[in-house]
Amino acid sequence: MRQPIVCATMSEAVADIPDEITLLVPGFGPGLPFNLLTALYDQGASGLTTVSNGVGGAPATDGRKGLGEFVEAGRVKKVIAAFTAPTHPSRGSIVVDMVRAGTLEAELVPQGTLAERVRAGGAGIPAFYTPASVGTLLAEGKEHREFDGETYVMERAIFADYAFIRAWRADTAGNLVYRMAARNFNPVFAMGARHVIVEVEQPIVPSGEIPPDQVHTPGIYVERLVQIPPDGYFSSGRMPAATAEPRGSR
Amino acid sequence: MTTAQHRLTRELIAATIARRLERGWIVNLGVGMPTLVSSYVHPEQDLTFTSENGVIGYAGLADESEMDQDIVNAGVQPVTLHPGASIVHHADSFALVRRGMNDVTVLGAYEVAIDGSFANWRTSTEPFDQLGGIGGAMDLAARCKQVWIAMDHTTRDGSPRLLEHCTLPVTAPRGVTLVVTDVAVVAVRDGRFVLEEHAPGFSAAEIQAMTGAPLEISRDLREIQI
Repeated sequence: MRQPIVCATMSEAVADIPDEITLLVPGFGPGLPFNLLTALYDQGASGLTTVSNGVGGAPATDGRKGLGEFVEAGRVKKVIAAFTAPTHPSRGSIVVDMVRAGTLEAELVPQGTLAERVRAGGAGIPAFYTPASVGTLLAEGKEHREFDGETYVMERAIFADYAFIRAWRADTAGNLVYRMAARNFNPVFAMGARHVIVEVEQPIVPSGEIPPDQVHTPGIYVERLVQIPPDGYFSSGRMPAATAEPRGSR
Repeated sequence: MTTAQHRLTRELIAATIARRLERGWIVNLGVGMPTLVSSYVHPEQDLTFTSENGVIGYAGLADESEMDQDIVNAGVQPVTLHPGASIVHHADSFALVRRGMNDVTVLGAYEVAIDGSFANWRTSTEPFDQLGGIGGAMDLAARCKQVWIAMDHTTRDGSPRLLEHCTLPVTAPRGVTLVVTDVAVVAVRDGRFVLEEHAPGFSAAEIQAMTGAPLEISRDLREIQI
């Protein structure tokens, strides 16, 4: 079977990523590919268009980089997100400042529409109609259409150049399993880009060890896999990979 | 003798909402005060809480010993799961929302109007510059059977948040059926606000004075249980 490349390091996994790409960045609290983002930050790519839920910075404690750091460094051209400004207007935001200064472009998208736009992109569907945002500022200028007496707005699909994915388990065939709510956008974004690079929490196992009917993302989507090193960034910020057993379900 | 005035805390607003959730409902809770609601329900209510990030069947906020950073609600607060919980990805999470699976979504807001419209994503009336924090509110408001709002009755400077028309850009042009504030429970019905419950010590006239649209007084007006 087709095998993804297993990279030795995060920097190797992102080494050849060019400038001016569109990059999918999953995560909703957990599930953020901080290791790949940090490696890309060090690699220097710029002119990025990013697709993500929010545009937050990383916690300042341990050197990891989030999208906020890329924006702040002037390496992002455009952000597509469900949160382009903080929910509390009193909080300052570099994104807000840069959009107002004209140095950053933003596109605000309802969260469900955002997920569906990438799903559609990954499913070969160029556009779809949704009831979300009808009657609001966000629907202005978009095509509207009535179906069965209800009004919908047309939204275009997103298919990106790259996706960074955060998985819990992977086998050498690239099959992925996500842990709990760290799943969020990950399986959707893993299908919505030409090049899919995955950081994995648990040691990568030989193909066949993950039962086929328990695979969340099939390996055929995955181009590169890289194990998060013991000193890398784990979702809890404190759990080493070997002890990251689910416990909330018990 | 008059009762001392007692505004509801965030926790009491959440508890007041929790009491009104009907047996067997599937409930979405938004960021902020709404996510407190799952900590105030009773097992007999047999509720299923869903979250934008795909968690179906979560319980209350997790304490330090139960905490798992990969199990969170819409506000990214660690929660525990009920037996029988399940987790889907983000696109399926909103598929169930648009499919109309939720009996109610409880959201925060800046403003609510008598037509059931509400505003919760942008605090400016300047021309739209693509800045704001929508999250999943527009998807939820489009298709949940009801939208309930948890918010303070007035702004910090005392201006009403319950209005004839929203002054801020709306999240949805209709859908709100109930507003629970620090001083009142107000139903939104057929283009009218109906005062159903009042905080201890607050008269209907006092609540009307804090409200930017006419309040009908329910025949069953009662004091909020605290």
